[in-house]
Amino acid sequence: MTKENGNSKNKLHGLWALTNRELKKWYKAPVIFILSIIQPIIWMGLLGKAMNISSLFQGSSFTTSLASSDVGTQLTRSLLQYGMPKDNIQGFLGTLPNLFQGLGSSVLTNTFHTTDYFSFMAVGMIAFTALFTTAFSGMSVVWDRRLGFLNKALSTPVSRGVIVFSKVLSATLRSMFQAGIIIVIAIAFGLQFGASFNPLYVLGVFAIMFLICVGLSSMFIAITIRSTRIETPMAVMNLITLPLMFASNAFFPTSIMPPWLQTVAQYNPMTYTTEAVRQLLIYKTTDFGVVATDFAYVGIFAAIVATIGIVLSWRYLSK
Amino acid sequence: MSEEIIKAEGLTKVFNSHLVAVDHVNFEIKRGEVYGFLGPNGAGKTTTINMLITILRPTEGKATVLGFDVLKQNNEVRNVIGVVPQEYTADEDLTGLENILLCADMYGIPRKVAKERALDLLKLVELTDFKDKRVQTFSGGMRRRLELACGLINRPKILFLDEPTLGLDVQTRTATWNYIRKLKKEYGMTLFMTTHYLEEADSLCDRVAIIDHGKIVVVGTPEDLKHSLGGDIITISIKEDADVADLIANVDHVKNVKKENGSYRIKAEYGEITAPSIIETLRKKGYAVTKLSLTEPTLNEVYLEYTGKSLRDAEESREAFAAQRMTMRRARQ
Repeated sequence: MTKENGNSKNKLHGLWALTNRELKKWYKAPVIFILSIIQPIIWMGLLGKAMNISSLFQGSSFTTSLASSDVGTQLTRSLLQYGMPKDNIQGFLGTLPNLFQGLGSSVLTNTFHTTDYFSFMAVGMIAFTALFTTAFSGMSVVWDRRLGFLNKALSTPVSRGVIVFSKVLSATLRSMFQAGIIIVIAIAFGLQFGASFNPLYVLGVFAIMFLICVGLSSMFIAITIRSTRIETPMAVMNLITLPLMFASNAFFPTSIMPPWLQTVAQYNPMTYTTEAVRQLLIYKTTDFGVVATDFAYVGIFAAIVATIGIVLSWRYLSK
Repeated sequence: MSEEIIKAEGLTKVFNSHLVAVDHVNFEIKRGEVYGFLGPNGAGKTTTINMLITILRPTEGKATVLGFDVLKQNNEVRNVIGVVPQEYTADEDLTGLENILLCADMYGIPRKVAKERALDLLKLVELTDFKDKRVQTFSGGMRRRLELACGLINRPKILFLDEPTLGLDVQTRTATWNYIRKLKKEYGMTLFMTTHYLEEADSLCDRVAIIDHGKIVVVGTPEDLKHSLGGDIITISIKEDADVADLIANVDHVKNVKKENGSYRIKAEYGEITAPSIIETLRKKGYAVTKLSLTEPTLNEVYLEYTGKSLRDAEESREAFAAQRMTMRRARQ
């Protein structure tokens, strides 16, 4: 065979062409591209700023609560009972908001490792995007099957593994890009970096995003590779994405979850991804031991699921 | 040259361990030949093609393409064949040129060579002016031509065409036939096509195999097949209400007579001579012929002869049905 008529020696030929085909649908279609950028902004605005837990613990919120309930008068009465001079009570009450705020930040730091819930949540958002972007990769396989493109590709010398991996890779690149956008937007919205933050850590964030996206995307493809109808991957997406999201530390730390949910979250690769990103970006001190464990866990998850995905698709693609 | 390009021996495909789609089929295709698979829906045409182009594994039997085994040497097979599927597989969001280059990449053709060839092919299928337009804006005929160009990017020795004119209008269909003739004539390409349009098989194919219920029922050139029916068909009506079938049957060259809805359907050789002698015979006995028609057999008759007239409600997969519906819809854009 002449080299010009096909180069079957290189097992990876066609990978970039097929990946780029998927990506072009995204970056060449301005509406879809802009929507994919707006989406994380909306989510972050809604969840991050609406569920602003940090503001609950602010001094002013304490003063308002004290004034609007009868706790204030009850407090004054008990202090009088314990013999505190009446003149001192006013002064004492004046220090309470600060005390409360201090207690609040300590509670926040203990639960969220940062006093700023928005920063905590914004990181969760990065994982959230990874999950939702990769969830669509299963759908694109079904589309290709229905449109006949899959059969067309199967009749060419392109490797079966490459056909599947191009789907994985395109979803991965897209979510990594979105993660980058989220970080930029989060900074604009007031993300507070941890004290030990180093700009190089952002590379670590992208590295773990790469791993989790390869894993998740392979998982969605493996589940839907056999389905011929578009409803199946949609049902799978609905079934899997939200539980994976909420049974993780993306929005709330696992420490405040009931024990059974903690157990689930403990095995959820999403937990490890968010944990690693938080360690790198927002925690006061980055614990590299924890980061290493997170990388190992997510890396092993990705390797296993990607292998299963490729083996399964290999089998089902050669019927 | 009568070298065999494709050879199938006992080729069989069973789905879900009970649905026999292709049943021990044997055939061979010679170099430079246009070979047609003709058959009703669900007869096993596409399944056979899919086994030859290595996307389905035969359950039993053997097939070779240019000497390469479709099971054991599937990558070699893929390199030497071109495929134009039934569906419109070109990506709607990409331009015509981008689509061809994508195909080229799947064959691992270097970009420089690919680009040159792509432009040549676009010229061949008369799409040069639309090369930078997105496929979304293409008509059914343009899409079909683009598929053809994609199937030729690796300079295949043999081209597989699955229902190449499904859903196309008469003009586009005729144009597509011309491209196919050109490929055969100018490039000496071997073509394997499936169709359920009889006139398509008649005008394009050197040899036709009629396939039904997963089996090849007859193979031959369209001419031979038509002759095998035993000549022309004469249809006659008479004024009188009487049975004259026996009378007609005794006329020279008449092979058989059937009475159908008050008229007689006569199979005869040399129809143009036999018809007048039938009229003469009947007139002598005092019967008046009121209507007469003479038809030379078309592939239609051959087809119905071998596949019967019953309607096919063959169970088709939801997938195949959806794909076909989508093809038809797009063809009409």
